[in-house]
Amino acid sequence: MSPAIGGTLNRVDGRFKVRGESRYSAEVPVTNLAHAVIVNAKIASGRITAIDTSEAERAEGVLAVLTHLNLGRVATVPRLLPSLAGLAAPGQTFFPMQDDLVHYGGQPVAVVVADTIERADHAGTLIRIEYETTPATTLLDQARDRAYVPERIFGGLLPGHSSRGDVAKALAEAEVCVDATYRFAPNHHNPIEPSASTAVWEDVDRLTVYDSTQGPNAVQFTLAELLGRPPISIRVVSHAVGGSFGSKAMVWHHPALAALAARHVGRPVRLVLSREQMFTSCGHREEQEQQITLGARADGRITALRHHKLSLTSPFDDWAEPSLQSPSVAYTSPHYEGVYHLVRGNTITPTFTRAPGEATGMFALECAMDELAERIGIDPLELRLRNYSATDPESGKPWSSSGLTECYQRAAELFGWRDRDPRPRSRRDGQWLIGSGMASALYPVTQPVNPQRSRARLYNDGTAVIEAGVSEFGTGVFTAMTQVAADGLGIPVERVRFVGGSSDLPNVTAAVGSAGTSAVGSAVHLAATQLRDELIRRAVADDHSPLRDADPANVEVHDGKMVLRDRPDVGETYADLMHRTFVPDVEVLGTWNPPPQDVGYGVHTFGAQLAEVAVDADLGVVRVRRMVGVFAPGRVLNRKTAHSQLMGGMLWGLGQALLEATRMDPRLGRWANASLGDYLVPVNADAPDVVVDTIEVHDEVVNPLGMKGVGEIGVVGAAAAIANAVYHATGRRQYELPITLEKLL
Amino acid sequence: MKSYQAIRTTPAPDSAVVRGPGEVEVRLRVNGATRTMSVEPRVSLLDALRDRLELTGTKKGCNQGACGACTVWVDRRRVLACLTLAISCENREVATIEGLADGDTLHPMQQAFLDADALQCGYCTPGQIMSAVALLAEGHAGDDIEIREWMSGNVCRCAAYPHIRAAIRRVRDEKGSGDAAR
Repeated sequence: MSPAIGGTLNRVDGRFKVRGESRYSAEVPVTNLAHAVIVNAKIASGRITAIDTSEAERAEGVLAVLTHLNLGRVATVPRLLPSLAGLAAPGQTFFPMQDDLVHYGGQPVAVVVADTIERADHAGTLIRIEYETTPATTLLDQARDRAYVPERIFGGLLPGHSSRGDVAKALAEAEVCVDATYRFAPNHHNPIEPSASTAVWEDVDRLTVYDSTQGPNAVQFTLAELLGRPPISIRVVSHAVGGSFGSKAMVWHHPALAALAARHVGRPVRLVLSREQMFTSCGHREEQEQQITLGARADGRITALRHHKLSLTSPFDDWAEPSLQSPSVAYTSPHYEGVYHLVRGNTITPTFTRAPGEATGMFALECAMDELAERIGIDPLELRLRNYSATDPESGKPWSSSGLTECYQRAAELFGWRDRDPRPRSRRDGQWLIGSGMASALYPVTQPVNPQRSRARLYNDGTAVIEAGVSEFGTGVFTAMTQVAADGLGIPVERVRFVGGSSDLPNVTAAVGSAGTSAVGSAVHLAATQLRDELIRRAVADDHSPLRDADPANVEVHDGKMVLRDRPDVGETYADLMHRTFVPDVEVLGTWNPPPQDVGYGVHTFGAQLAEVAVDADLGVVRVRRMVGVFAPGRVLNRKTAHSQLMGGMLWGLGQALLEATRMDPRLGRWANASLGDYLVPVNADAPDVVVDTIEVHDEVVNPLGMKGVGEIGVVGAAAAIANAVYHATGRRQYELPITLEKLL
Repeated sequence: MKSYQAIRTTPAPDSAVVRGPGEVEVRLRVNGATRTMSVEPRVSLLDALRDRLELTGTKKGCNQGACGACTVWVDRRRVLACLTLAISCENREVATIEGLADGDTLHPMQQAFLDADALQCGYCTPGQIMSAVALLAEGHAGDDIEIREWMSGNVCRCAAYPHIRAAIRRVRDEKGSGDAAR
């Protein structure tokens, strides 16, 4: 029996999904269901002076119209902590409809409940609201002079300012300097499944919410605080989640509003966000600007890095995606300064968006590196190698594992990088200018703070159920966990069923920060191996077992049979032992205690990105012809699903580079393109064939199986590789994302 | 099994009868079965399928005709169910993802999506598959350039596009070999 880990098992939930049988959160059958619709503020700043709901209330089928005047007060708005902490995790420290104030466009101001979705939608349009409008700030350019440096950002987890050495002196002494400023349009996640909550009160103190979330437990804990009820009264279920990319990583207002509405009308309530509401209800990647100053010696060796970021946050929270962290440790740079500058504006609190921070921060650094390579006159890949740091430049500690130089080498081979003519505009294919570019990819290995749990139960026919509260939103975690459990127990994957997606199951953190699979995987591994060891312990203690008195360390399990390592003919199956001893099942709870935050090593995931583009010489149209990404994510549990996720990440980078921008209309204080017709995401015609490979680096520091995560590293550096390729093709540097064609005319 | 080409067009209804705006009885033929429901004429085919008939395999991604997640077939044509009124589909043959497999045996396109890992979260997948099967019948899968163009009405935010193309190529190339030629 070959190990399941590392194989290419098809998705275990794939059969349901290709048949259309998976039930997403708005699809769970519920009797006597009512439908709720949120009505959003049309202004970005001000207060509601009058609200007339009478016509809406009279409309056919309407059960209730809730506004700040009649919606109950929430008990507590918990503090904003990233959901990786395993606690309550509101997206912002503000809950709407508690008073008459409007802080941002799209803020919920009313909820209509009706017997059908059409009637609820229609009644929402009948509510008359009058506002007193006050001046709003919705663009960075409106308030640069009000920027401040926050003490801490990101839920208080990261400092607003950090430095090492003397960056000013080092820059003054540098032989070569690159100084550039990069601007980034806001981005929205746009999973194809809009967020949805179905709230069912089974009793006054028994609430079930079917919710599309990256963390059922995070929703449970957040609802408990908002509703002022103990966690035991709240169950959150997510059978299947239709993508998230960070939009469902934190807990926004709709599950609580659905619960409150259901309570109010005394019926189960389903609340599904519209596509337009997905742009104002679950955060976004904030508008930002980053200034990079690189100082280097004439040979390209970096001596100093100064990296400042200016971004827009909400009135409530000091939020910036952590753009400076990975760039600060990407290369040797003895002198460093990183500073976050924030401007408060009339916006919902921004949030995690796939590769939150790395996608923008590494774009800035890797484009600046490309300029530096050109300035010095060396190959961009050679410049990276010269600045490779074998230790974490921040702490001076060795990496727990790296693989970066192998990634460069492999990617260069797969791409054919060696034959590249470095001169811009040196290749042409008819009207198309052809260019290639590269970038490094870095993503931190984030660890949950609290213990991670999984339960493993083996039945006396040799099949096993493994449980943990993780939700499946396309990561392939249910599949990978099936493989981990199968190997841990020594049984084939066909005999394992993984069950997840409910807060009633053993508690794991929300699957965020590319840490979901490693967090739950560590717990599943421990549960499965401890269950195996328990069965072995029973066998060697049993008078009737052929393994009686054997040394447990000398027993291994293959295909459900416990055998002596040196005499594989001696042994018995789990099923034999359990039947003989009249045991229906054996169950174990596995608990993984994550390592402390300082493990004595630098912990990061590395990779290399290469891209080839064609730019229409007359029209400025950019087509990405091919992409190569090679990553070193530690242990790869499932080669098929992991490579799919990496590929998807790289194509996210393509979207970031060329297409994705949410445009603010500053006169209205609202997004001008809040639809999938106007906010462009890559479609099939945009997506080239993508070559993905992985270098498996061994890592004993991060967790028991050495997993470092694949969810986000694929995004990092992809946009920079494309922008550098655009420069190589056209000779024009790009300092603003997305690179739309007018920038190349 | 509901094969794409086997569905027959039925005569158009008499449009002279005025019904609504209140609830009216609407009869749909979905996956070969007749289903009756009482809905307002403004109810979309998508909401009729999902909320009234519990056929939730057809997905609501944007409700604006931009994402393709609600792709079904009406009289053998790819249609966006969110932009189609249920009442306008009376006496037409509606086919959804739920009718594609032959009992426990997946349609070759479903199997190809599974094997090629042409899905991640799975939410756009029913629409992708309904489009992909239709694409072959339409003759729009000659090469990758054609597939890319004719599959661009179905957004996959997980960006499984290269794998979706691989799945379509596989079914296309197996076509001569019997079962897949539907």
